[in-house]
Amino acid sequence: MALLTLSSPHAKGSNRTSDLMRWVILACVPGLALQTYFFGWGNLHNVLWCACIALSCEAIVLKLRGRAPAFYLKDYSALVTAVLLGLALPPLAPWWISLVATTFAIVFAKHLYGGMGYNPFNPAMAGYALVLISFPVAMTTNWATPSSMLADGQLGLGDTLAVIWQQSPLPDGFSGATPLDVYKHEIAYKTEETVRAFAVFGEHFALGWEWVNVAFLLGGLVLLGLKIIPWQTPVAVLTGLAVPSLLLGSDADQYTPLSIHLLAGATMLGAFFIATDPVSSSTTPLGRLVYGFGIGLLTYIIRTWGGYPDAFAFAVLLMNFAAPLIDVYTQPRTYGFAGPKRGPKSRENQ
Amino acid sequence: MTAPVSNPNHPKRAVHAFHGGIHPPEHKVDSNQTPIATSPLPPRLIMPLQQHLGKAAKPIVAVGDHVLKGQRIAEADGAISAHVHAPTSGTITAIEDRAIPHPSGLSDRCIEIRTDGEDRWIELEANEHYETLSVEEIRDKVRGAGIAGMGGAGFPTEIKMHPPQQDKVNTLIINAAECEPYITADDRLMRERADELVKGIEIMAYALQPGECLIGIEDNKPEAIEALKRAVGGTRIEVVVVPTKYPSGGEKQLIKLLTDKEVPSGRIPADIGIVCQNVGTAVAVFRAVRFGEPLISRITTLTGDQISRKGNVEVLLGTPIQWLLNQYGYQAGNPERIIVGGPMMGYALNDPDAPVVKTTNCLLAPSAEELPLAEPAQACIRCGLCAEACPAELLPQQLYWFARSQEHEKAEHHNLFDCIECGACSYVCPSAIPLVHYYRHAKSEIKQHRQEQEKSDRARIRFEARQERLEREKQEKEAKRKARAEAAAKAQAAKQAPAAPAKPVETAASAPAQNDPKQAAIEAALARKQSSNQEAEDPEALKTALDKAIAKLDKMLDALEQAKQDNPDQVEKLTRAVEKNQVRVNQARQNYERALASSNTQAANTTAKAPPEPKELPSREQLVTNLEKARAKLEKMSDALEQAQSEQPEQVEKLIRSVEKNRIRVEAAERALAEADKQEDVR
Ligand code: SF4
Ligand code: SF4
Repeated sequence: MALLTLSSPHAKGSNRTSDLMRWVILACVPGLALQTYFFGWGNLHNVLWCACIALSCEAIVLKLRGRAPAFYLKDYSALVTAVLLGLALPPLAPWWISLVATTFAIVFAKHLYGGMGYNPFNPAMAGYALVLISFPVAMTTNWATPSSMLADGQLGLGDTLAVIWQQSPLPDGFSGATPLDVYKHEIAYKTEETVRAFAVFGEHFALGWEWVNVAFLLGGLVLLGLKIIPWQTPVAVLTGLAVPSLLLGSDADQYTPLSIHLLAGATMLGAFFIATDPVSSSTTPLGRLVYGFGIGLLTYIIRTWGGYPDAFAFAVLLMNFAAPLIDVYTQPRTYGFAGPKRGPKSRENQ
Repeated sequence: MTAPVSNPNHPKRAVHAFHGGIHPPEHKVDSNQTPIATSPLPPRLIMPLQQHLGKAAKPIVAVGDHVLKGQRIAEADGAISAHVHAPTSGTITAIEDRAIPHPSGLSDRCIEIRTDGEDRWIELEANEHYETLSVEEIRDKVRGAGIAGMGGAGFPTEIKMHPPQQDKVNTLIINAAECEPYITADDRLMRERADELVKGIEIMAYALQPGECLIGIEDNKPEAIEALKRAVGGTRIEVVVVPTKYPSGGEKQLIKLLTDKEVPSGRIPADIGIVCQNVGTAVAVFRAVRFGEPLISRITTLTGDQISRKGNVEVLLGTPIQWLLNQYGYQAGNPERIIVGGPMMGYALNDPDAPVVKTTNCLLAPSAEELPLAEPAQACIRCGLCAEACPAELLPQQLYWFARSQEHEKAEHHNLFDCIECGACSYVCPSAIPLVHYYRHAKSEIKQHRQEQEKSDRARIRFEARQERLEREKQEKEAKRKARAEAAAKAQAAKQAPAAPAKPVETAASAPAQNDPKQAAIEAALARKQSSNQEAEDPEALKTALDKAIAKLDKMLDALEQAKQDNPDQVEKLTRAVEKNQVRVNQARQNYERALASSNTQAANTTAKAPPEPKELPSREQLVTNLEKARAKLEKMSDALEQAQSEQPEQVEKLIRSVEKNRIRVEAAERALAEADKQEDVR
């Protein structure tokens, strides 16, 4: 260490990993606020509950690995994973869903691969995918109904806790399928008009969801403005979703229209907060475009033809697989070279 | 004014952009508010013999000598080197190893002068008008003054005043960007001595005859820009203002900014017709030509919160840094830290007794608050901020990964050697990873590895050459014996059948083939080729081919030697090329010998009855002595080479070349002898 202090540069900018992570969490707040407004206490509870699990897991694993937990906890990365999971999981999912997802994310997806910076897969999405595959029913039926559809208003805090912790049965109508789910299933034998008449779509695109997505979009734009996330990834994700939708699925009588793709489900959260996880994404500027586009495209494909109502987790994980390869083929052109070196070992191709 | 000719039609030059870059706090006002002061005369001066890039100078004074200010005390050693002069009058008190300002913290040979306080000049040769001098004379004056690039690299300036061999210099760029935070030496120099600077540029342009002549300066120095614009009035020198962004003063970046050209990887600006010089260097050139003054002082920025009287001082080279700082209110901080150069690329001084040298542009003594010590590094989160900041457009995060895991090949593939160590990546890294430190380490490891490789390659080549020679000698003896036997048999047979054809030499040529299956295959292939294509084996043509190959090899070895000094990155490639060519030379020689042998045979065949005109041939004894002598010399040289390899690596190239030459000589002698023997046998 003594030697390192002697090495140039001696000046250091103000970027800090913990600050970046803190900003990511802060930028989620508007989205979380609107989730709470439209869908009740569930997401807020989940965020806090996941945070407790994540920090405990992180501390324990760090201790087991012989690292100083205080130093590493300060990078806030575990907290970001927890917040993303809390935002993405169904608001009324039972407590053990969050527990399984978060524990898997931190212990397996992150630390078993070497910890912060070494994990090839987005930990939050790995956890999410695990519970989605293992507990499909719990993951599809516990989406809270938007408050404005409920005559007596949303579940109170006490009732929400009872549902999550004691599995007390949900009164009828308090949960249901998501707009994406509804559209996909109903459009098979209905027309756009009749499908859109369902209450979950509200007056515009998707009741509640649309505003939540707008809030995440705004938060994401703040991160972009602060240069905390690169522009390439979210732009490419949205493009990857839009292109097939416009080319193949423009017929709203057969396919979910683009507006609902963009404004329902985890789209904005995914594009700006999940796909931009730097560790597991591609790291070259061009690579990020490819990576993001892949996520958008896969999301569309799985949403349209796959068995799951939303697909962000799978799309992200699949592209995580591809990221190292993408990096190899998307090196930038270095100063003084005629062109970029592409491929694993293009021998001296100046 | 005569020299720089530029296009007068672009009053406003387009400034191009380079990738990345950062905006660290500038801290320029800390030191640029006061005029350049003159540092007092220290009691002793320490002049390192190597203040420049290249070979250290050789002392030409002895302990006890009295020297005058400006007197040469050490001579440049070879082309890439620079003289050293006494910065004041005094007595030489020591010539020994002392602490020098260098990142390695090592000591090196220095001449110590006890100053006598009189500051008495040696006689100088002034020159009112540089145009009255020839370009050669100007270069001599620059070399005589011991000027080496004062921006930091310290490359001998005179060399950069030769236009590159074939090409013209299109652009002479004066680097006045001074993009490093804290440093204001050039800024003050330009404000106060713009006229000297412009005259210095004119002199350089006189020598280089560039198509255009640009001064690149960052827009954070309005006063200096003002002064420059006034001073260049009436000349064709153009002041180009570039946006403030670190590292716009990096040579490659400035070239991109001003010309939109890029220096190809592994090459130098001269290769694309550009020469870059620093502001201080231009002023030194002016003073050397106009007043005959050697380089004995420079302007150095003293700054940082541990120094109470910050500013720029004109300081004699050799002034001990500790002593100098003490004159300006230096308080050692805790921990004590003196940075030579700026905060981005400077290095921390190991021993404050080290002196100011030709390249010392700034001494920065920061407090722990203004430049905090490095924080513990966190994991790389692959955020890519470093790649965004990298002016070389590398992927620092990948390089870091490869450097850490010692995957040198991958690091090289990701252009590690195009990293200019500007530190922008480390600066922006949110995880506070000392990236540049890792790159430097990896680079030096790779270089070391290459050197070892080269060394073993040389040993291998030498060993193989020796083996080959021994083998050949054996074969020759064998061949000779057989030839004699056959000749005898033939003579015997000739008595009975005078017209019988003789093929002694061909038998000889195929005899050694049995010793080595690989060689046998080659020989067989060649023989096949020979029989199918008789004209191609014309010995004259082959001789020219051989000569050409040898000439090319010579040139390559020259290039290699130069590359060793100028751009080590190229050495490996060149070495490989040399080896390849070596093979080619050997091949050519074999072909030639074979052709010679067969033409002799033919001659022998056609003149079986009438022996050839006796040529003016040296006697066999003479040839043998020649060969013996050449062999002995080669042996000696090889030994010298071996020794040099362990003791003076810089000599190795030269020696290899002479060994190579001598080997060719030996082989020629061997050939001559063999030929003589053949003739003998045939007769
Ligand atoms: S800036 Fe630092 S943390 Fe970010 S990718 Fe580069 S090395 Fe990694
Ligand atoms: S130090 Fe090297 S890798 Fe880092 S920014 Fe500068 S050129 Fe790029």
